[in-house]
Amino acid sequence: MSSAGVWWLFLLIGFGTFLQRLSFIFLIGKVSMPEWLRRGLRFVPASVLAALVFPALTHPAGTLDLSFGNFRLLAGLVGAVVAWRTRNVLLTLAAGMLALWALQALF
Amino acid sequence: MKPIRNDFLAGARATLPILLGVAPFAMITGVSAVAVGLSPFDSFGMSVIVFAGASQLAVLQLMKTGSPWIIMVLTAWIINLRFIMYSAVLAPFMQKLKTQEKSLMAYMLSDQAFGISMSYFATHEDVDKRWFYFGTALTVWLTWQVSAIAGSLLGTLIPAAWGFDFAFPLSFMALMFAALSDRPTVAAAVAGGLTAVMGKGLPYNIGLVLAALVGISSGLLAENMQQAARPSRAQ
Repeated sequence: MSSAGVWWLFLLIGFGTFLQRLSFIFLIGKVSMPEWLRRGLRFVPASVLAALVFPALTHPAGTLDLSFGNFRLLAGLVGAVVAWRTRNVLLTLAAGMLALWALQALF
Repeated sequence: MKPIRNDFLAGARATLPILLGVAPFAMITGVSAVAVGLSPFDSFGMSVIVFAGASQLAVLQLMKTGSPWIIMVLTAWIINLRFIMYSAVLAPFMQKLKTQEKSLMAYMLSDQAFGISMSYFATHEDVDKRWFYFGTALTVWLTWQVSAIAGSLLGTLIPAAWGFDFAFPLSFMALMFAALSDRPTVAAAVAGGLTAVMGKGLPYNIGLVLAALVGISSGLLAENMQQAARPSRAQ
């Protein structure tokens, strides 16, 4: 992709994202949020984040790998336990990265 | 004038511990932008124009696999749909602002500014909510931009063998667990995650869009089932 092309891409993404951010801050008092939208939006973070995380662990090199040789899957599980217990980004990053480096050093 | 300034500073102060998570995340976006072949200037443009880390990382990953632009745009917009929800929650506090001020507040909206403001407002009724929010949003924004620039300049120095790209799924994972508040949200995550795994081989990386839709539908279905189960138990 050319340099001009990526800037157009950023502008398109950025403008849409800005409209999403502005939506109800601008519209409040003019329209109210429909019930189905409010209910559906609640599930966006969990769905999208899981959709980004799962394949990154199961397809580290682009193909499905559920073996013990998939260090990213194992380290990811360590990270998942820490994320679940602590809900802390920094501790999750530390535990996952250390697990990955330990596995790479040992095997 | 003084209490307003205090509320702005209180917002900035409440943000400080969170910056330990913001800075590395922003650096990673800078590092990965350079890794897919963007210049540090392009990377800076992206972080100022888009200013939404999860969508930026997803777009960079799609760029690496050579996806069509429409998939990159749709993926980013879907990831950023959550801002509509945040916007609806924050809207009542912003109602009296001028349109330009509303636009500035909206542009700076981030997961962290939203989360910090909401948890603070829950226990502090007397705060000027607009100034507190502005304090946290501006602090996050500045830290994000500086860290992203640092990441794009240092990016070429970090060896790929260290596997720092693994920090994205890990940081997403922590955010995902924070979003799991009840059974329907867990159902949404499991369904969305498994769909993404099964749809990984689909062309144009359409699996991600499909996974988001399946996840949202599963969450709604689980919520309906929960609500249907409750009255029958009461009888």
